[in-house]
Amino acid sequence: MASEGLAVDIRDLDITFSTDAGDVHAVRDVSLQVRPGEVLAVVGESGSGKTVTARSILGLLPETATMRGAVVLDGTDVVGISAERLREVRGTKAAMIFQEPSTALNPVFTVGWQLVEGLRAHGSRSRKQARQRAIDMLGRVGIPDPHKRIDDYPHQFSGGQKQRIVIAMALALEPSVILADEPTTALDVTVQAEILDLLRDLRDETGTAIVLITHNMGVVADLADRVAVMLDGEVVETATARDLFAAPQHEYTRKLLDAVPRLQIADRALPAGAAEAEPVVEAKGLVIEYPGRLGSPTFRAVHAIDFAIRPGEVLGLVGESGSGKTTIGRAIAGLTPVAGGSLRVLGTEMRGVRERRFRARRKELGFVFQDPATSFNPLLTIAQCVAEPLIVHGRAKDALAARPQVDDLLEAVQLPASFGDRFPHELSGGQRQRASLARALALDPKLLIADEPTSALDVSVQARVLELFGELQERFGFATLFITHDLAVVDMLAHRVVVLHHGRIAEEGPTAQVLGDPQDDYTKRLIASLPVPDPVEQAARRARNRA
Amino acid sequence: MAKQRLSDRIPVVRQLRQSVGLQRGMLIAGLVLVAVFVLCALLAPWIAPYSYSQLRGDDGNFGAQQPPSAEHLLGTTVGGYDVLSRVIWGAQTALYVVIVAIVLSVFLGILLGLVSGYLGGWIDRVLVMIADAIYAFPTLLLAIVVAIAISGGQSDLWSGVFAAATSITVVFIPQYFRVVRAEVIRVKSEAFVESAKVIGASTPRIMFRHVLRNSTRTLPLIVTLNASEAISTLAALGFLGFGIEPTAAAEWGYDLNKSISDVASGIWWTAIPPGVAIVLTVLGVTLIGESLNDLADPRLRARRRASSSPAAAVAATQPAAREDLGEVQ
Repeated sequence: MASEGLAVDIRDLDITFSTDAGDVHAVRDVSLQVRPGEVLAVVGESGSGKTVTARSILGLLPETATMRGAVVLDGTDVVGISAERLREVRGTKAAMIFQEPSTALNPVFTVGWQLVEGLRAHGSRSRKQARQRAIDMLGRVGIPDPHKRIDDYPHQFSGGQKQRIVIAMALALEPSVILADEPTTALDVTVQAEILDLLRDLRDETGTAIVLITHNMGVVADLADRVAVMLDGEVVETATARDLFAAPQHEYTRKLLDAVPRLQIADRALPAGAAEAEPVVEAKGLVIEYPGRLGSPTFRAVHAIDFAIRPGEVLGLVGESGSGKTTIGRAIAGLTPVAGGSLRVLGTEMRGVRERRFRARRKELGFVFQDPATSFNPLLTIAQCVAEPLIVHGRAKDALAARPQVDDLLEAVQLPASFGDRFPHELSGGQRQRASLARALALDPKLLIADEPTSALDVSVQARVLELFGELQERFGFATLFITHDLAVVDMLAHRVVVLHHGRIAEEGPTAQVLGDPQDDYTKRLIASLPVPDPVEQAARRARNRA
Repeated sequence: MAKQRLSDRIPVVRQLRQSVGLQRGMLIAGLVLVAVFVLCALLAPWIAPYSYSQLRGDDGNFGAQQPPSAEHLLGTTVGGYDVLSRVIWGAQTALYVVIVAIVLSVFLGILLGLVSGYLGGWIDRVLVMIADAIYAFPTLLLAIVVAIAISGGQSDLWSGVFAAATSITVVFIPQYFRVVRAEVIRVKSEAFVESAKVIGASTPRIMFRHVLRNSTRTLPLIVTLNASEAISTLAALGFLGFGIEPTAAAEWGYDLNKSISDVASGIWWTAIPPGVAIVLTVLGVTLIGESLNDLADPRLRARRRASSSPAAAVAATQPAAREDLGEVQ
């Protein structure tokens, strides 16, 4: 058989889903080979069929799917084998690492129990042997004190440690291939770097093949040996990582690579006179707390920080999850109360403010939410949604009267006016986020708060939305608080950057200075962990960081 | 995307078009049973051979406990009424109660749930406590108390209908309240509600324009399930003797009660028809409710196989390939 010596051999795989809207042909004639000890990255944007292809290796497809072709996993064709045989294959020949480690572990059992469960389901280890093996595995993935921590529950571990445990579970039975479905997407960049290192080391030690599904070109450059690019269910290009980044063949691959934001460290000048003008947002010793549940103390999310946003300025607020960056944005919009210090927004003191008093100021404030899918009322058309601020503030009587203005706004964000009659779910993610921008700009605000506006979008879409955002900002001259975890995005837009770490400001200054010459240790670490979408440079950086 | 067809947007019709196989069979069976029930109720004056309170025909009294014959297809009761006529007229009473009970409880329940869920605070706590207290009360006991309070136990058609409907309403309001409140609390934290807040929309506008319409998805299901419960509660009230006088309206539960003694003496025709009527009506409404429930959830909804593609041909020759693709993600 031709698939001898291959960890996975996918031949002419074709997958169709039956849905309410008819049949969806998700994967078309895909052929992929994974050699032992190789990391194959499958990249593509959402809906390209990359996850479906990878899941077919484990037979993890919903029953609405019909498959054709062959998926040969270490000599066994998993297409059309019985459930019993499939169960034997799972774990021993192929294992999976999931995107969200906190949901992949069962919260009511100890991690040790879950590891032992997997070991004992296959093979005839005694309970004691299985436990010893579980401890070994935990130690191997870098959990400190594994013989003590084996009896801890998942919530007692951090996100990165949980992902390590999931990796330990995947590796426990020494499978010939591991499927990693966006293994670092839910993690912070510094943790992401550690997990990628771990995966690389394990691959080197055990010779396990890894199928890495990701949309992050930086991760691909860091870890992958070979790359398969998928578009609309087809593999359009397969090449070694070095060749792909150096000389992409297919037009789509080039587009994908061009859209990846890179740190360029450009300086942007503030609009004239902005530095002296009265700031639109000024925080002095700002403290924000979340009340604890009965018996537990209040949680302080933001510790006495100072910052200001001047008119026309784009301030990038950067930090990892839990750093308090979203909390600050919500406090400025009046969604979270201020506990201490002072926060002046558009001339109103937000500490102890009544919603009634702030409501008049709201027309000077726009907000773009992270997930465009949920920030629109699903039962209203786009035109009705965009008209909502105009109606609420008395600029228009109803959605019909506001329509000419709405059409202008849609045009400003480069959406055809006819899109106004569609419902939110009939738009793509990028189109929705542009409509969301139109709604935020409807009242010509002085201040815009954008909370991770592009993190739910594919890279090529993200690039267009950011470009549009930059244009609009220059045209209308509103001040912006741009909240993000992605340093490259900040680099593209911001005049100044504030780096947050555990609710405190780690570093603050002009973009070029903070990103080009970081002074604070945490900022340095943040920048060093950001994978560069270039395998050669990334390898060099890795070697440097290890030294 | 093409505009949805009108037939795809009417609630039950859309689900009917979506359904396949057993689920479709259940839904159709339910729809047919309910259609028969509603038709009987609406057309009772024309299709029933006699009136519900008629004791004598052209040739004198009907006589009590007469076996089925050409004049009385299902015989007569111990009180001398025509069984078939009372069964048909009984549908009308049941339909009245279902409509009154649902209209009363839906509006109040939704409003209270919306206010309680969205505003929260002490209003929420008080309302939840009251709802829990009502939950803890046995339904039938509560219904009896309300029936006595409204009408002194025995009554004519409309006060009987209202007594039954109000007692059912009191029990149902907490259900609608609970469901709507839970949905409202979920929807309240969605980004589109926050975006309405950021825009500066007033609280009533957010509640009614943005939250309410997104919180009523599960209501058709509860309405159907509660409709069947309303019918059984009415029948139980009638059976216990808190129903409607036989001269005021026909009522299945009352007729069942009166036929207890007949069963022992081998008279089957007085007990079985009203019993079967109750069972079939409740079954029909419940079938609709259950099918709607299954069809509303994409994970429970059965689908046609992706057919007419080459994949289907391959899968057809390898049944295991289709059945054993593993668990749903």
